[in-house]
Amino acid sequence: MERVILHCDMNSFYASVEALYHPELAGKPLAVGGNPEKRHGIILAKNQPAKIAGVKTGETLAQAINKCPGLVVLKPDYGKYLRFSRLARKIYNRYSDQVESFGLDEAWIDVTNSDKQFGKGFEIAKAISNAVYEELGVTLSIGVSWNKIFAKFGSDYKKPNAITEINKKNYQQIIWRQEAGDLLYVGRSTQCKLNKHGIFTIGDLALANRDFLKFTLGKMGLVLWDFANGLDQSPVKPFDETYNGNERVIKSIGNSVTTARDLENRRDVNLIVCLLAESVAMRLRETGCFSQTVAIHVRDTSLKSISRQQKLQKPTDLTREIYQAAMAIFDANYVFGPAIRSIGVRVEKLLPNTIPVQLDLFNHEKDRLKQGQLDQAVDDLRRRFGNHSVRRAITIDDPLGALDAKKDHVIHPIGYF
Amino acid sequence: MNSSEKRTKKYVPVLVMFEESGRMTPLEIYWEDGRRFLIDRVLDMRPAVSRKAGGQGIRYLCRIKNQEVLLFYEEPKWFVEEKR
Repeated sequence: MERVILHCDMNSFYASVEALYHPELAGKPLAVGGNPEKRHGIILAKNQPAKIAGVKTGETLAQAINKCPGLVVLKPDYGKYLRFSRLARKIYNRYSDQVESFGLDEAWIDVTNSDKQFGKGFEIAKAISNAVYEELGVTLSIGVSWNKIFAKFGSDYKKPNAITEINKKNYQQIIWRQEAGDLLYVGRSTQCKLNKHGIFTIGDLALANRDFLKFTLGKMGLVLWDFANGLDQSPVKPFDETYNGNERVIKSIGNSVTTARDLENRRDVNLIVCLLAESVAMRLRETGCFSQTVAIHVRDTSLKSISRQQKLQKPTDLTREIYQAAMAIFDANYVFGPAIRSIGVRVEKLLPNTIPVQLDLFNHEKDRLKQGQLDQAVDDLRRRFGNHSVRRAITIDDPLGALDAKKDHVIHPIGYF
Repeated sequence: MNSSEKRTKKYVPVLVMFEESGRMTPLEIYWEDGRRFLIDRVLDMRPAVSRKAGGQGIRYLCRIKNQEVLLFYEEPKWFVEEKR
C-alpha cells in the first residue's frame, strides 16, 4: 500500500512565537536574533514583513537593521520554543502515533492508517494546520506525499500557510524542475560535483546512471538517486513521549562555542578545547558510553571552517584522553592564519561503557584507573555544587574561562539517517 | 467582542477546583480592587492562543453575570484579556 506522509514546517517558528507574545508589534518587522555582545549576533528567524524588507536568516544584526531600519530584534527564549514544539507534537499525535521530529519546528507524520478515521492526507493536513493555528497561533506549511523526502519538499515548496500535495502524477513537474541543491542532503560541494557533470536539476539526477553516481559520489550517490526518484523507503520513526527530547539513539556527543573574543593563539585554543572536552566527556559519562573517535570543528573569522576526526587507540570516557586527542588533531591540522571564531569538540562511534576493553601491557592502566576516579569525583562535585565549583587552573585568569559549556548547551540538530 | 479592541494581559488570582482526574474548573476570579467574580458556568475549554493579549494556554470560556469572559491558564498562571 502506498504510504501517506505529511511534513509539517512551522513558518518562521521563533518569530511567530514571539509575535504571539507581543501583539503590540503586529504588522511590524520582527526578528529573533542572538546576543550581539556575546557575538551570537545573527538573525535566527524573521516574520513576513521583515522578510519582505529583505532580512535573511543567518545575516548579522547590523546587516539586517541596515536593510530594515524599523526592525525589532527580540532575544530568543528557547524554553518557550521547546514548549510550543512539544504542544505541536501533541496535536500531530491526535492524527497518528508515528510522528518524527526534525529539529524543533519540523516533523514528519505517517498518516497511512489514519484515513478511515480522519480522511485523506490532504484533509488531515488541513485539520492539523487549523488546529495548530487556533491553539498555538503559528502557521504551517505542509507537504503531503508518499515518501519523506517529497513530503519535505512539498512543505518547502509553498510558504507560508500552505499545503502542497506531491503525488505520482505531479512530482515530475514540481520536483524534477528544481535545482539539485534543493534536495535534502545535496549540499554545496555535492551540488558542485553534480554540476560539473551536467546534472543541474533533480530530474537530471533522477535520470542519471546509478553506476555513474556511485562512482562519483560513493554510496551517497545511490541514496540521492533514490531520493530523486521518490524511492526513499525510510520509515517515520515513532516518537516516544516518555523519552525526553528528540534524541533517539545517541550517535555522537558534541559541544561547540562561538567565543566572546577571537582565539588568537594556541594558548586560547587550548583553554577552550579543554572546557569543551570536559563538558563532552562529562556528558559522555552521563550517557554511560565510551567513544572511539574524537572530532573537532574550527571556524575562523573569515567563516571558513574545517572538520577533522581521529580514531582513538581504545574506547574511552576520560576527560584527559579526549582533550589530548582533540588538541592533537588541532595541532596536526590547523595552521594559524586568521583568528578563530568558533570551535567544537565531538565524540562519535559510541559504545556502551560496559564492554570489555583490551588492557595494554605497556600503557599505564593504573594511571587510567586513577583518571577515571578523578573524573568521577569531579563529576560528583559539579553535580552537587554546579559546574563552576571545580575548575581547571588554566581557566581562572581569563574571561574566556568563564564559559560553562555544559550548561549553555541547549539544542543539537539531528541528522536524517 | 470587537477584535480590533486593544487588550492587555492581566494575571489574576483564581479559585480553582481540581477534580480527581486532574481536570481543573475555575470557580471565582479575584479582581485587584477587591471585587470577586463568581463564574456561573464554564461554557467551553480548549487549548488556544490569545491574539489580543499575547499568550497561549488552556482557554476557558466562562459565563459571569450573563457576560462571556475568556480566562486563560498559561502554566502556571491564569490571565484575562483586560480592556485598555
